[in-house]
Amino acid sequence: MNRCMRGVALAGGALAVVLVGSACTPGRAPEPLAVPTAAPEGEVEFWHFFTDREANAIEAVIADFEARFPKVDVVVKSGQDDTKLLQAIGAGTGPDVGLSYSTDVVGKFCASGAWKDLKPYLERDKVDLSQFPDTVRSYTEFRGKRCAMPFLADTYGFYFNKQHLAEAGYTAPPKTLAELTDMAKKLTKRKVDGTIERAGFLPLWGFYEFSPSHWPPVTGARWLNADGTSAIGGDPAWREILNWQKELVDWYGYDKLEKFRASLGDEWSADNAFHRGKVSMMVDGEYRIAFLRDQAKDVEFGTAPLPAHNADRYGAGYVTGNIIGISKNAKNSEAAWALIRYLTTDTASVVKLANGIKNVPTTQAALSSADLQVDAEFKTFLDIFRHPMTVTTPPSVVGPAYEETHSAFLVKWQSGTAKDLDAGLNEVDRQINQLIKLAG
Amino acid sequence: MSIVSRRGGAGRAAAGTIPTPRRISAGTGAGRYRVRHRRPVRRRLVFLSFMAPAYVGLGLFMVYPLVSAIYFSFTRFDLINPPEWVGLANWEFLLEDPNVRQAAGNTLWLVVVMVPARVMGALLTALLLNRVRQGRSVYRTLFYLPALVPPVAGTLTFAFLLKPGTGPVNSLLHAIGIEGPLWFNSPEWAKPSLVLLALWSVGDLMIIFVAALLYVPTEHYEAASLDGANSWQKFRFVTLPTISPVVLFAAVTGVIATLQYFTQAAVAANVASGTATTGGGISSTFGFPEGSTFTYPLWLYVTGFRFQALGYANVLAVVLFVVGITATAILLRRFRAYTGRA
Repeated sequence: MNRCMRGVALAGGALAVVLVGSACTPGRAPEPLAVPTAAPEGEVEFWHFFTDREANAIEAVIADFEARFPKVDVVVKSGQDDTKLLQAIGAGTGPDVGLSYSTDVVGKFCASGAWKDLKPYLERDKVDLSQFPDTVRSYTEFRGKRCAMPFLADTYGFYFNKQHLAEAGYTAPPKTLAELTDMAKKLTKRKVDGTIERAGFLPLWGFYEFSPSHWPPVTGARWLNADGTSAIGGDPAWREILNWQKELVDWYGYDKLEKFRASLGDEWSADNAFHRGKVSMMVDGEYRIAFLRDQAKDVEFGTAPLPAHNADRYGAGYVTGNIIGISKNAKNSEAAWALIRYLTTDTASVVKLANGIKNVPTTQAALSSADLQVDAEFKTFLDIFRHPMTVTTPPSVVGPAYEETHSAFLVKWQSGTAKDLDAGLNEVDRQINQLIKLAG
Repeated sequence: MSIVSRRGGAGRAAAGTIPTPRRISAGTGAGRYRVRHRRPVRRRLVFLSFMAPAYVGLGLFMVYPLVSAIYFSFTRFDLINPPEWVGLANWEFLLEDPNVRQAAGNTLWLVVVMVPARVMGALLTALLLNRVRQGRSVYRTLFYLPALVPPVAGTLTFAFLLKPGTGPVNSLLHAIGIEGPLWFNSPEWAKPSLVLLALWSVGDLMIIFVAALLYVPTEHYEAASLDGANSWQKFRFVTLPTISPVVLFAAVTGVIATLQYFTQAAVAANVASGTATTGGGISSTFGFPEGSTFTYPLWLYVTGFRFQALGYANVLAVVLFVVGITATAILLRRFRAYTGRA
């Protein structure tokens, strides 16, 4: 056999090994459920992504859980991420319980079976899912399969600098996109050469939380069709948002805005542009309140819902959240479920977590609990969270691919590189649908 | 057995050196067959036992992953369930994927600009350092130090130095009346800024060139001087031919590393965007601004670990491997054609 033939034979042999190995991945028989009265016991491993102050808040609640269930020992590993979680589950070494920071993974984790279907546990323990708002329920299931439970939420609204507004003669934040445009122009300060000194509102996609994901509530724009394919190109509500944004960008001048943005501090630093009074109004989550009170004590700020295209939509906003589930190959599913149930449905636990991490709680009982620390600014976000038109980004089998493909086009659209909005959005649809097809 | 490969001998003889046999072949045809069968079986077993660890390592960590990647490129694969055969679907998507065109274009730009810039930058620095009489070792250390800085730390430093508006570079430029560019925030300047970063950390190559330059025989320079050669002619006809294997090494490793260019592009884009990444992860800022720093390995990562299209990610990995091998083969061929060396 010559050298070439030997190489071909070797490659063929290796390929055969791969094929056989891949085809013989063993499946696991479904684990029988315990009787409802049985107390959970044993060790349960819990991975989450929090660090520092937020990780300490988790530890405190875990201590409460262990006091309630003394036969369960929770091993907590902080600072984990979704990719690591998925790889560990795939390798059979995943934790019993995983906490993800992104609803983007729900589609993949549910569809692939990386996280277990929780239906048997929910039915056995008669857990009432109506305690969660509809939006929250929607981002924790995929194609009718509930593999995740909600673990606090982030709600996005509108922040404004009261002092800047007062100087310009305004007593209230904008309620419509037209009002936002007028106020943004009036609040903007420029140098003699046209350079922006202070932006009333910075409408560049990609600036801090000015993300396309946060704007569908103002017009009712949809991301996906019922069959999971992209709805972006065919939905005129997207054009309303994009045309409004482009007109405002053009008023500022794209290059001037980019230059101004490049001079601003980072979102998560004390140099955040809103902290420094470089922008008068912006979009952000409820967590910004804690940052402002910690890092910019002299800034007088107010919070409000996002300005809407139509008055009937005012009050709605964007919600996303952390999600928690049981790994496909969990070693102690019963204890894992007990932990998840405690963290997501026990009112005292949810309130303690919300107060500690400064996020929005996800059960109706926790939202109306007297123990929840609420002030006027935070209440805005609780109201947005409860609004019937508040939405989230829908779970998809390709995770955030539809958002990121859309965003990539919008960056070209706002800069003027892409001229044809309709053609661009149709191309976005095509790319998203191809990716959905590839990922199954 | 016969002594072969006299290629290049004439050239060396002309240059005044003695051609030496460089490769011994086992011959061809029947002669090779006889030699092999005369070798005792035991000796071959000993040979195999010594080579076994290397063969096992190559098989496990190179052949198996490579063949797996080829197989997975024909499947729908999610890390959790057994792969599902989808035929050529992933490969067909490659032809119509606009992201891969943009990412490949950016990577090609970096290969064409960054690799020569690094090689020339390192060579120039080494030449200058070899001319320094006093404090040479201090300068060598100073120029080498940036190569020891981890890529993430180096990129963060550069991003803050070049930050428009508040960064010290633009502040200095402004002080002398020059309006600095937007650097990593500008689609036109982002890639050149990455090249600047690569030039700053050129110390690893520089130190190899310094060593190579020390091995250029001084007699050759003396002979060239007697022939009336100027500095450029000495560099062109003495230095460069002597250190050409090192130049080839720098080019090949540079091309391979640039085809895999990931960390610096990812970190620079993230820092320059100033955008939140919690929830979305760092990959949501890849390519900032306007896709100008979106390299091929970044797209590979996004498709595989963010969009979970691992079958398609394997297509991208296989293509990257083939491109890397092809580029290396072309460089080696061109080098042989240029120098006449094997």
